[in-house]
Amino acid sequence: MQNNMSYSQAFLTVLLRDLHVAVRHRSDIFNPLLFFVLVIILFPLAIGPEPQTLSRIASGIIWVAALLSSMLSLERLFKADHLDGSLEQMLLSPHPLTLLVLAKVFAHWLLTGVPLILIAPLLAVLLHLDDQSYQALLMTLALGTPILSLLGAIGAALTVGLPKGGVLLSLLILPLYIPVLIFSTSAIDAASMNLAYTGQLAIIGAMLITSLILAPFAIGASLRVSTN
Amino acid sequence: MAVAVPIINSTLVSAAKLTCIREERILFDELSFDINSGDIVQIEGPNGAGKTSLLRILAGLSRPYSGTVLFNKKPIQSCRDDYQNQLLYLGHLPGVKSELTAAENLNFNFKLMGYSNFDCIDILNEVGLSGFEDSLTGHLSAGQHRRTALGRLWHSNANIWILDEPFTAIDKKGVIILEQLFLAHANRGGCVILTTHQDMNLIDHHSLKKIQLDYSLI
Repeated sequence: MQNNMSYSQAFLTVLLRDLHVAVRHRSDIFNPLLFFVLVIILFPLAIGPEPQTLSRIASGIIWVAALLSSMLSLERLFKADHLDGSLEQMLLSPHPLTLLVLAKVFAHWLLTGVPLILIAPLLAVLLHLDDQSYQALLMTLALGTPILSLLGAIGAALTVGLPKGGVLLSLLILPLYIPVLIFSTSAIDAASMNLAYTGQLAIIGAMLITSLILAPFAIGASLRVSTN
Repeated sequence: MAVAVPIINSTLVSAAKLTCIREERILFDELSFDINSGDIVQIEGPNGAGKTSLLRILAGLSRPYSGTVLFNKKPIQSCRDDYQNQLLYLGHLPGVKSELTAAENLNFNFKLMGYSNFDCIDILNEVGLSGFEDSLTGHLSAGQHRRTALGRLWHSNANIWILDEPFTAIDKKGVIILEQLFLAHANRGGCVILTTHQDMNLIDHHSLKKIQLDYSLI
């Protein structure tokens, strides 16, 4: 009965458990993804099918849809665990809370961020995104969606104790997403004009590293406050 | 009846002047007590007296309005890792995921406590869930759901057990088994802090300490 689990084992335990739950509860994965696809499909219908117009606004549409769909899945990130008491057990675990929280956020990204990255190329074709922008879109999504999960988890942790925290969660978190949105769309715009966009990517990368280091502490502290 | 005397009679947890205020009502005021190894402590009081609040404060989940909970003479906030290694808390909500099977739930809870060599199937047999190892806990009855959570008591090296209504939805035979487990744990030098509205059969008045919470006094 020794407590001899390493950090990586503890991380994997929580990660695999969350993936396991999600596989049994597939709507959690598919609903935000379907929402993302539907929002993007609505734009050509509403604006009209001119390729020039669509390719001009494609990056913005895809990114805004990604923000909104990540909001949709965030509410359940800690809520389900809070309602059945397993969140309390995680707070009382001898493992560092930041580590457990990071595993949960990573699971969230695998379940909601990665499917977006995989399906975005298809939607980009639908919006007549040109070839140069295509690569930039993928890179900004790959660097940007983990930031959405990390920042969003802070809001999810703060609102976990509230019965209807969904709207408050969006009000808290959407403003924090704005820098990611600005630099991502600006990178894609630059790419469409055949300009270098490594600067924007570097800034998104810096934001990712900063949030990766600091967000788990904020999430852990928020969870302790909201379960008080 | 021979009374087994615990080897060391040291203080495991103590409450120092705990005050808890909920919804602008004082639930308890400057409550102080020591819980020693070998103690089985029942927290008594009518509904709404603050039993669950007191347990959550002792576990470190909630902060009291004033006062501190001490472990090894240090506030638990300053030695969280050591304290949580010694703590097994079973709350009002059992912490059992309905999307996972009984064995998966137990496995996760043990790993979360940092244990590695355990046998979930054996423990599920002990709590009377043999044959239900691979059933999703969402499909089990309330009592079986609770038993899945209680399985954690069978493999624990925590000294301090804090249990909120452990007998809820458990049948009479199950209650007796749990009481035996509590007595064995107390004899090993651990302590059990629990709330319950049921009468206990095995644990007699001599070995049971009581902490009375009664908000009508205030």
